[in-house]
Amino acid sequence: EKAIRELSGVILSRGPKLCNFVDWKGHKVVYKRYASLYFCICIDEEDNELEALEVIHHFVEILDRYFGSVCELDLIFNFHKAYYILDELLIAGELQESSKRTIAKLISAQDNLVEVAKEEASSLSNIIAQATK
Amino acid sequence: MALSGMRGLSVFISDVRNCQNKEQERLRVDKELGNVRTRFKNEKGLSPYEKKKYVWKMLYIYMLGYDVDFGHMEAVSLISAPKYPEKQVGYIVTACLLNENHDFLRLAINTVRNDIIGRNETFQCLALTLVGNIGGREFAESLAADVQKLLISSSCRPLVRKKAALCLLRLYRKNPDVVNVDGWADRMAQLLDERDLGVLTSSMSLLVALVSNNHEAYWSCLPKCVKTLERLARNQDIPQEYTYYGIPSPWLQVKTMRALQYFPTVEDPNTRRSLFEVLQRILMGTDVVKNVNKNNASHAVLFEALALVMHLDAEKEMMSQCVALLGKFIAVREPNIRYLGLENMTRMLMVTDVQDIIKRHQAQIITSLKDPDISIRRRALDLLYGMCDVSNAKDIVEELLQYLSSADFAMREELSLKAAILAEKFAPDLSWYVDVILQLIDKAGDFVSDDIWFRVVQFVTNNEDLQSYAAAKAREYLNKPAIHETMVKVSAYILGEYGHLLARRPGYSPKELFTIIHEKHPTVSTSTIPILLSSYAKILMHTQPPEPELQNQIWTIFNKYESCIDVEIQQRAAEYFALSRKGASLMDILAEMPKFPERQSALIRKAEDAEVDTAEQSAIKLRAQQQMSTALVVTDQRPPNGMPAQPSIGPLSLVKVPSETVDSNPGDQGLTHPNGVVYKEDPQPPSQDIIGDLLGTLSIEGPPGAVAQSPQSATYEAEGAPSAADAAALVPVGEESGSVQPIGNINERFYALCLKDSGVLYEDPNIQIGIKAEWRAHQGRLVLFLGNKNTASLGSVQALILPPTHLKMELSLVPETIPPRAQVQCPLEVMNLRPSRDVAVLDFSYKFGPTMVNVKLRLPAVLNKFLQPITVSPEEFFPQWRSLSGPPLKLQEVVRGVRPLPLPEMANLFNTYRLTVCPGLDPNPNNLVASTTFYSETTRAMLCLVRIETDPADRTQLRMTVASGDPTLTFELKEFIKEQLVSIPTAPQRPQGPAAPPPPVAPASQDPGALLAGLL
Repeated sequence: EKAIRELSGVILSRGPKLCNFVDWKGHKVVYKRYASLYFCICIDEEDNELEALEVIHHFVEILDRYFGSVCELDLIFNFHKAYYILDELLIAGELQESSKRTIAKLISAQDNLVEVAKEEASSLSNIIAQATK
Repeated sequence: MALSGMRGLSVFISDVRNCQNKEQERLRVDKELGNVRTRFKNEKGLSPYEKKKYVWKMLYIYMLGYDVDFGHMEAVSLISAPKYPEKQVGYIVTACLLNENHDFLRLAINTVRNDIIGRNETFQCLALTLVGNIGGREFAESLAADVQKLLISSSCRPLVRKKAALCLLRLYRKNPDVVNVDGWADRMAQLLDERDLGVLTSSMSLLVALVSNNHEAYWSCLPKCVKTLERLARNQDIPQEYTYYGIPSPWLQVKTMRALQYFPTVEDPNTRRSLFEVLQRILMGTDVVKNVNKNNASHAVLFEALALVMHLDAEKEMMSQCVALLGKFIAVREPNIRYLGLENMTRMLMVTDVQDIIKRHQAQIITSLKDPDISIRRRALDLLYGMCDVSNAKDIVEELLQYLSSADFAMREELSLKAAILAEKFAPDLSWYVDVILQLIDKAGDFVSDDIWFRVVQFVTNNEDLQSYAAAKAREYLNKPAIHETMVKVSAYILGEYGHLLARRPGYSPKELFTIIHEKHPTVSTSTIPILLSSYAKILMHTQPPEPELQNQIWTIFNKYESCIDVEIQQRAAEYFALSRKGASLMDILAEMPKFPERQSALIRKAEDAEVDTAEQSAIKLRAQQQMSTALVVTDQRPPNGMPAQPSIGPLSLVKVPSETVDSNPGDQGLTHPNGVVYKEDPQPPSQDIIGDLLGTLSIEGPPGAVAQSPQSATYEAEGAPSAADAAALVPVGEESGSVQPIGNINERFYALCLKDSGVLYEDPNIQIGIKAEWRAHQGRLVLFLGNKNTASLGSVQALILPPTHLKMELSLVPETIPPRAQVQCPLEVMNLRPSRDVAVLDFSYKFGPTMVNVKLRLPAVLNKFLQPITVSPEEFFPQWRSLSGPPLKLQEVVRGVRPLPLPEMANLFNTYRLTVCPGLDPNPNNLVASTTFYSETTRAMLCLVRIETDPADRTQLRMTVASGDPTLTFELKEFIKEQLVSIPTAPQRPQGPAAPPPPVAPASQDPGALLAGLL
């Protein structure tokens, strides 16, 4: 939390025409701004900055595809979905999948699983409700 | 707007967003936390759906930045829920809320393991993701093997395997000792054949981690990496969905090239050729395009390719191509590219020999120092710092100073530190250094740390010719109406010590000095007052005959501070007051400060410490460690005033060596001379002169002439005609004996090199062999500079290293001929395996015309090179000293026949050998205590402690105690020190003929260690 607060001070104060990298405590922060949304990744000094920058963009494109033109509110009200998607994209800070199609397929499969379970649950509670009536 | 699907959660989020201010938000959040807490308390009534909802709320609150210190248990318990929706929430929230050391995680290990080895693919994925994100040591211990199985299982689908790869990567990175990767080379090689790009991408990340740790095991993966790169970058053989803005998976390309950088070279010529083809294609085929993302992605690949090219030591032509490319980048409009251009130029400096080409861009780089973007300015500063050497130090440092006044505050501290270090490392002369530091304090006093002004005081104290200059400068600054407090400190100190040197100049009388310093007195804080008081006391002491008026003024000040609340000030005031009434005894106590023992610059150490560890030590850093960069060779300059320097400290550090001379102890001459020089003029079997040579080396201490007073022996100038006695250790194997005589005394040169790290090892009319050495812990890198002095080539050049058994030495290829007037550099890697005093020998021969010349030269890879000075405090010293209780770890010996030395000189001698004398540790003033760290492969870094007890009545004997954690080390170090103390290699006596009797002929042996053993 402290890190985020400090960083937002550093990053928000930067003008639009500067580069996307900031030095930060022996690491680097790569950030990108989409309208009012900022995405940041912290990387080691020797890592490839542009690669990280495109990971951000890749993530945003996937969000975009999932929500259909993503906006801040989508992410706020569906922050858990954003986490699911991130988990399909990165593990241990490394990219695991670069195909948008594959990720989209996996996420919708997960959504289905949740839906199916919900239906089951509701039908189950219906049965119970009927039975107890 | 897609809603979360949980009404309660959505309502809560809306509520929070509708809050007008932070206070309202806090109230709303506290209310919700209370609600969640009570619901969790009677868990029984909680449906899985509700539990899930509350756990999400907690995560949301946590994301807002509030502490959530309960409910972790509930999140973890959801992991063991039987149904997917709850389990999923449990896994994700746990991964967000807890870190790897949290105790609750232990509770989950079993469930996680069951999910991993279970048949349910979706559960496997969840579990692998959790472990991949927060798995710690215990996870590694109980799960690594299972994860490995999943990764290579043929029955698993790609979605599981790619997660398994990254999960394993995390476990391995965090605990490489727990994860068993023996025999994984073959499996990794197989994984690289994978067609699924997701699995391949993840596996490549894993490979990067594995090779970074141990590339030896993974050679078989190298050609596969090159194939993968070809497949992507050249053939573009990749499913459409894996291209990104038309570029075949840029991420995979980058990772592949990263993995390749951990292999030291690519040996197979075919593989190397195809790799370079691909790299060339990337370097030349990348254009700047409109689309930002495409541009970024293609340049991500390009910069990685650059890094790989640098690593592979491509041909000079390709390297200059790269520099040209970077030169273009640092001037473009796109800030990211400018940034990366500068950054990569800096990296390039570390690994390759392109400094001169980069210097051509100096003007552009200086412009970047004024870039609107601070990130870019920082990179420019780094680059300037890295590319600085003696040739451009003045320009760069002055540029930095100028920039200092306008630089942003965020950068000033770094800027001033860097300017100070550069000034110290590359000063063309010392007065310039003093100028720079004083300007620095003047312009950015707040950002000049104490270390910086301490350092300047050290230099001034240690260099007499600098003292009056510094005093005059300090006086000038004091004339300014407002100066920084640090400036007051340093000026007051310098004027107190050395102001009297200028007493004859107008404006420098004691009274005037006092007045001008005292003017600043009202403005300073308590940390400066003690310095002012000392300064006044010194001024008073230097005022001879005393001036009553000045005396009274100063006494009044002392009186005033005698009741100061600050103890330090009070004590000083009281003591100075009492002392200054004592007259003559004041002189002794307040006499000029003694010289500081040489030490590594605190600044440089600070800069080194600042480097942070990263997950994988980068290839570049690894390489920089293995290889001495050219930058270092260039920096290693001789100091301007002709004194030999200790290169580890930089050209400014002057080694003060005890200046005892032959005349000072004539009585010893006869006794010590057998150690002197042996020479042979007749052709002899080579082994003979090794012996002769070594006989002269029972001591490493050079004759004073060689060490302190005689810069000639360290310079590259030819000296006067060689005398017969100087010709020691050279045996011309050719026809006419003595046809090629060495210039200068080989022994002296050797002794001198034992103390410093660069100089001439050997010189004759045809060739000069210079040495530059760099020592780091138990490793060393020497560069032999073979310079042909003639206008004709030298042929049949041969250099053989005969290492003693305790050193591992590797000499790079020495060319057979040295062209006229050319200099060849041959790096020589040294590794110290264990403590020993044996000496390595270079067997060097060449042919000039019909004459064959062969010399055997000892190499200055001696014991003290593997020492590193260390200062220990009493709290560290005594427990250590006591714990090493007796033989064989602690050895004591009474040494007789010691060359009589005043104690301070002995202390100096010790410091010169990197045995740090720790004053004050031993209450007896006749004793010396010293400490050092010894490095070798077997002992690692080992602390050594030494105590010398001298007898003031008889300086020719002393008792020596040496202690360390290794018996051999203790013994060798004791003998080593004894050699330094006992024998005085005096300057060779001219008229002495073939003095020492020829030693018994030892069988010619290739092992000088054995030869030595026979001798000692």
